[in-house]
Amino acid sequence: MAEVIWLTVKLAGVTTILLLILATPLAWWLARNRAWWKEVVGAVVALPIVLPPTVLGFYLLLALGPDSPLMRPLQAFGVRTLAFTFEGLVIGSIIYSLPFAVQPIRNAFQAIGDRPFEVAATLRASPLDAFFSVALPLARPGFLVATILTFAHTIGEFGVVLMIGGGIPGETEVLSIEIYRLVEALEWDRAHQLAGLLLVFAFAVMLSLLLIERRTGRLRP
Amino acid sequence: MTARRALLAGIFASLALPRSPAVARAAEVRLAVAANFTEPARVIAARFEVATGHRAVLSHGASGQFVAQIANGAPFDVFLSADASRPIQTEAAGLSAPGTRFTYATGRLVLWSRTPNLVDPRGRVLSTGRFEKLAIADPKTAPYGSAAIETLRRLGLEARLAPRLVRGASITQAYQFTETGAAELGFVALSQVINHRRGSRWTVPASLHSPIAQQALLLKRGADNPAARAFITFLKGPEAQAVIRRYGYEAS
Repeated sequence: MAEVIWLTVKLAGVTTILLLILATPLAWWLARNRAWWKEVVGAVVALPIVLPPTVLGFYLLLALGPDSPLMRPLQAFGVRTLAFTFEGLVIGSIIYSLPFAVQPIRNAFQAIGDRPFEVAATLRASPLDAFFSVALPLARPGFLVATILTFAHTIGEFGVVLMIGGGIPGETEVLSIEIYRLVEALEWDRAHQLAGLLLVFAFAVMLSLLLIERRTGRLRP
Repeated sequence: MTARRALLAGIFASLALPRSPAVARAAEVRLAVAANFTEPARVIAARFEVATGHRAVLSHGASGQFVAQIANGAPFDVFLSADASRPIQTEAAGLSAPGTRFTYATGRLVLWSRTPNLVDPRGRVLSTGRFEKLAIADPKTAPYGSAAIETLRRLGLEARLAPRLVRGASITQAYQFTETGAAELGFVALSQVINHRRGSRWTVPASLHSPIAQQALLLKRGADNPAARAFITFLKGPEAQAVIRRYGYEAS
């Protein structure tokens, strides 16, 4: 059981770190660009919210499988498929949790408005400088929310892992899958323990999110 | 209690059905059907409706979850499980009409690949072949999965192939893994590939594993339902058994 929990936390942790790196420039671009068609990108990013995870998982199974053009470059290095691997799960989780990282950061960037950047420009800060010394600090609550949401969402991920994981202990067998298996195997006592654990965790996440919101709300003038 | 339920059922039936004397006796049976039996169950249900005038409503899902749902009052009359152990448990928990459990179909295990000629007619590919992944259903929850493990053990390959196994949550998933090529080989159900002309397969001799008996039960809720009783009778009959055989199962 400890192995399953550790693997789940590891998957969520790795996903969160990579996703924050990936989501920040994307959220910045979505927040600052004025073209209408940027919302096409915005919609693609938001798709995982409404798509059933099993649909996403099925497409991922095809995309990471041996027939996929995406896999061809890797096949030159002897990697036939990324399905059934931890790396495959990370890719799946990044896509699956993408909107939960991009949306809060984008909102935080948008809430800053133009004014601070105009001021920074008059103080001769380069755009890059302004990004690191103005945008990032002001958007901190958004990053905090994105981190918590991404981590929690990945912990609870089920459909995607079910479709591409293959249930390999220590590699792709995560918490939600284990609960599903235990219910299927009629081992309800152990299922209860793990499910209870997830319930407490989810409650703690939601509570901390609301508390963050309350604090940042109060800080605003 | 029963009188009240019968009265309610009567009221609902009169609401739901057109007012014609011919269907006055028609009733509805609700079936919880193991996902791997979806196709044959649909065909059998359609023929059952034609033959008896009753209506059959099918729900498809994982057998273990059906047990959880039935234990918590799910409105099913008949349970067609993918195995024998869950019906035995359901019966032991007093959720069924006594003495109604029976094997309606026996599954056959197949080693299958979508690649032509990869699987030879005697399954030697398991010991000699070059493949990375072998998909099986979860042996802990799916009878096809435990049959696959038994077969590997019997062939003396269990330890050697353990690192290459990927487990699907169900036999449907084991098939999906194999069908997409993510796993080159898979132990799947004969019923899943019986109509495939492509690929290659080895039908595992039934002597290599214990029988994959799929059992059915008349549930407590269906005990007084004439349509449920009629369905059980129909399922045991020659017409339904012929359908079952056509889909790659051994009939009982």
